[in-house]
Amino acid sequence: MKLLFGRPSGLTEIKQRYCPGCGHGIVHRIIGELLVEMNIREKAIGIAPVGCSVFADEYFNCDMIQVPHGRAPAVATGIKRARPDCFVFSYQGDGDLAAIGTAETIHAAARNENITIIFINNAIYGMTGGQLAPTTLPGMRSTTSVKGRDVVKQGYPIRVCELLNGLDGPYYLERVAVDTPKNIIKTKKAIKTAFQYQLDNKGFSLIEVLSMCPTGWGVTPIQAKKWIAEVMAKYYPMGEFRNRAKEVK
Amino acid sequence: MAEKELMYGNHALVEGVIYAGCRFFAGYPITPQNEVPEYMSIRMNEVGGVFLQTESELAAINMLFGAASAGARAMTSSSSPGISLMQEGLSYIAGADVPVLVANIVRGGPGLGNIAPAQSDYFQSVKSGGHGDYHTIVLAPNSVQELFEFPKLAFELAEKYRNPALLLADGLLGQMMEPVEIKGEPVDPKSLPEQDWWLTGCKGRERRVIRSYDLRPGKLEEWNWRRWEKYQTIIKNEQRYEGIKIDDAEIIIVAYGTSSRVAEAGLRIAREKGIKVGLLRPITLWPFPADIISELSKRIENFLVIEMSLGQMIEDVKLAIEGRSKVHFIGHPGGGLPNAQEVYNKIVEIRGKK
Repeated sequence: MKLLFGRPSGLTEIKQRYCPGCGHGIVHRIIGELLVEMNIREKAIGIAPVGCSVFADEYFNCDMIQVPHGRAPAVATGIKRARPDCFVFSYQGDGDLAAIGTAETIHAAARNENITIIFINNAIYGMTGGQLAPTTLPGMRSTTSVKGRDVVKQGYPIRVCELLNGLDGPYYLERVAVDTPKNIIKTKKAIKTAFQYQLDNKGFSLIEVLSMCPTGWGVTPIQAKKWIAEVMAKYYPMGEFRNRAKEVK
Repeated sequence: MAEKELMYGNHALVEGVIYAGCRFFAGYPITPQNEVPEYMSIRMNEVGGVFLQTESELAAINMLFGAASAGARAMTSSSSPGISLMQEGLSYIAGADVPVLVANIVRGGPGLGNIAPAQSDYFQSVKSGGHGDYHTIVLAPNSVQELFEFPKLAFELAEKYRNPALLLADGLLGQMMEPVEIKGEPVDPKSLPEQDWWLTGCKGRERRVIRSYDLRPGKLEEWNWRRWEKYQTIIKNEQRYEGIKIDDAEIIIVAYGTSSRVAEAGLRIAREKGIKVGLLRPITLWPFPADIISELSKRIENFLVIEMSLGQMIEDVKLAIEGRSKVHFIGHPGGGLPNAQEVYNKIVEIRGKK
């Protein structure tokens, strides 16, 4: 019997622990597929974060390292500089990348470090139980903003792609989402482009993925998908922010 | 005899690191070790290595984590406040059993303190400055020659035991000039055999994972007990010290690094006056040379500990002595230096108490 659809060999056989409706599984699958399709699994070193996706070190079928909260871009820099022939990607959440790891993210981007960051933005802290994230929307409820984010007391969210786009360094910045099949296809295309730029030694890429957290948001998976389209994507507009390959030569 | 070259301490450290085959340096400027990244930026360029001036000490130590996990001999240098920032990374690196080298050119603390030489980071270095149960191997040079020699030894020990290693020096050693004999063969980093835990891309083999966590019930405990066994092996095999005139000594001074140099000068004055003083200089601060101190305490009534701190190593000395002898102390916290006359006076005072 011919297998028409199955687990890509870029993912291990280990059963993933993510909640129903969570976006991590989709993005994991995309990366798992690309590791095989682009023939880079055997030279890849992946960096697993702190947060829900800490177990990414079990799920990607390539060499993996699990690192301190927010420091993935620094670890990635160390690996890539020590072993430039390897393909280096980090997988990070919003608390990891946009709170504690802001400095590491900005400076890796400013150096145009030849690495790829997959940035999962679900506007909340998932692993620790739904607290306010740097990406939590104004008015959005979390366990540390139970009446909704008050921008006077808790400040404004950080738009990471827009922030990094203010730097000269980065090569490629794009924001995508995994709420619909069409957007999932776009996400795969963006991640593939980012991976290719690293293989071509172009430098720093960050793909921000708007992703569902039904558990953290206290909604059903269907409602979560709708919320991305109707609310989240309005605050975090999707699209290509930077692609130096397309700049006038 | 090999040729001797007059070298600046911080430069000797750089030369020693490169001699040891290290081709990866990431660091952030901080006084009194700025000559390390400055000179390293030139030398790494010359030898085809990597030099990165980072955005913070946090980034530097994590770059080491990555580079060493990918098989590089990787090193950073900093001074006290910067080393504090590196403790998070060191805990992860220790928890992941990855060898790196960190040099601490200690200054006066706590807080911003001052930029004068001090030994007040002893606790942080030998008791694990970050969270969790772990130890770092700690070597304490007391000369520019040893600043050149110890990086190689530190890398060898770090790699043998898959454990981070520290060089604990101070601003005086870093800033002074002394003749250095270039001994031994330089290490060609390409000659270092690939280890079965390096992350290199999984071509032709099973994938490898480097991590410091295990959430399964009881598993972390097993893991940490295995690490404890490793620590016991290091304690058993790697205690290093220098003994000066200890065989006939009636009083033993225990001092490391810069303090040991002053102690030796005080010892010379005492010997000229016919007082039999010996010096036990710990070279490894962890593992602490407790065995020899324990042995000596069976016949020596008085020990004198000299530290440029409020007294930190003195606790390990007392533990080794187990109450068999009296332990006296000279301490200079906050960047002050002891002097030879002061050491001699203290010795006279100790004898007077007999």
